[in-house]
Amino acid sequence: MSELLTPQERLTPDTFLRGLWEENPVFVMLLGMCPVLAVTSTTLNAIAMGLATTFVLVCSSLLVSLLRHWIPKQVRIASYIIIIATFVTIVDYAIQAISLELYAALGAFIQLIVANCVILGRAEAYASRQRLHTTFINSLGMGAGFTLALLALGTVREVLGNGTLLGIPLFSPDFQPWVVMILPPGGFFVLGAWLLLFNWLRLRKERKAAQSTGALAHAR
Amino acid sequence: MHAEPLSLIFLNAAIVNNFVLALFLGICPFLGVSGKKETAWNMGLATLFVMLVSSAAAYGINWVLGVLELEFLRLICYIAVIASAVQLVEMFVKRFSPALFRSLGIFLPLITTNCAILGLALFQTTKEYDFIQSLVYALGAGAGFTLALMLMAGLREKLALAKVPSVSQGAAMSLMLAGLLSLAFMGFAGLGGGHG
Repeated sequence: MSELLTPQERLTPDTFLRGLWEENPVFVMLLGMCPVLAVTSTTLNAIAMGLATTFVLVCSSLLVSLLRHWIPKQVRIASYIIIIATFVTIVDYAIQAISLELYAALGAFIQLIVANCVILGRAEAYASRQRLHTTFINSLGMGAGFTLALLALGTVREVLGNGTLLGIPLFSPDFQPWVVMILPPGGFFVLGAWLLLFNWLRLRKERKAAQSTGALAHAR
Repeated sequence: MHAEPLSLIFLNAAIVNNFVLALFLGICPFLGVSGKKETAWNMGLATLFVMLVSSAAAYGINWVLGVLELEFLRLICYIAVIASAVQLVEMFVKRFSPALFRSLGIFLPLITTNCAILGLALFQTTKEYDFIQSLVYALGAGAGFTLALMLMAGLREKLALAKVPSVSQGAAMSLMLAGLLSLAFMGFAGLGGGHG
């Protein structure tokens, strides 16, 4: 049904790149903030969480896209949630098998991937309408964008709050770590600072564009 | 863990380990519907109700799954129960207060993907709370969520009248505010008897 209503996207580099920058799930769409803030106190946790989320995102998007003609419209959200929960259970057990230490560090946030709005949002807004291969590339891009955002927070917080990167000390022993950065408030502050930076860049770009068109009009 | 008094459980969930400001659960509605105090209050109450229902249901399900030795289905069952509870609240609100239904908008169905609720169900399982303890825990979590939402809404209503540099308008400002609130809540650490 919906296939007739929505135009099918052609596969272009933009299908992938959009998720990284223009529609970055965290910095632009402000989705899936909970894990972004909660597990980014170290870089390693951020990478693990990013990869786990990407896996769930890609697999569930593919399955939703495959089943898009069979899932009745009325129960679609519930069906998507069940599909997502299945893959999250897989990831949960996989991480537990790979590294108990990592499992303890990420805690309940692995299971809480179910409630990550990025994934449900992709399923509803993209995967349920588009063909398999574009869905694959698009969700891969979104996952990469999400991982990138986690990494951006995780590195800043670990370097400032602990003086290390991936567990390797960066500074001399007299470095006073900025402990608040690993604690909950730090998460809010660092994400806020990133958003400030992006806002500033965007405003500057707009001002430059306005100036150049203004200059052009003046020359005429 | 079973000896933990109910008052401490409540205090712990509501203030010391506030779901929003200390555990980072339910950030999306926290940033999304904290524009006006009235909406924030209603959203808080709706979430509190869903929390109570799903906490009770999760307790029951966990017991059944334990008897059947099907624990690996826990996550799937929990989320299905939460989705139905949200549906129930949605129908209820739509029937009795269409105005409220409109003002909550997309955030009402999105309570399903509010990690605070799923988090609550998962935490109470890990902590092995009994039925009454679970309900008190849910009550505390809901109260804490409402408190955080109301504080934020109050700040943002004041902020609407202030002059803010254009760079920091919108989400960036809200996050900085949330950071300050979170700092303030850190002052309660240790009040509820250790980590929760």
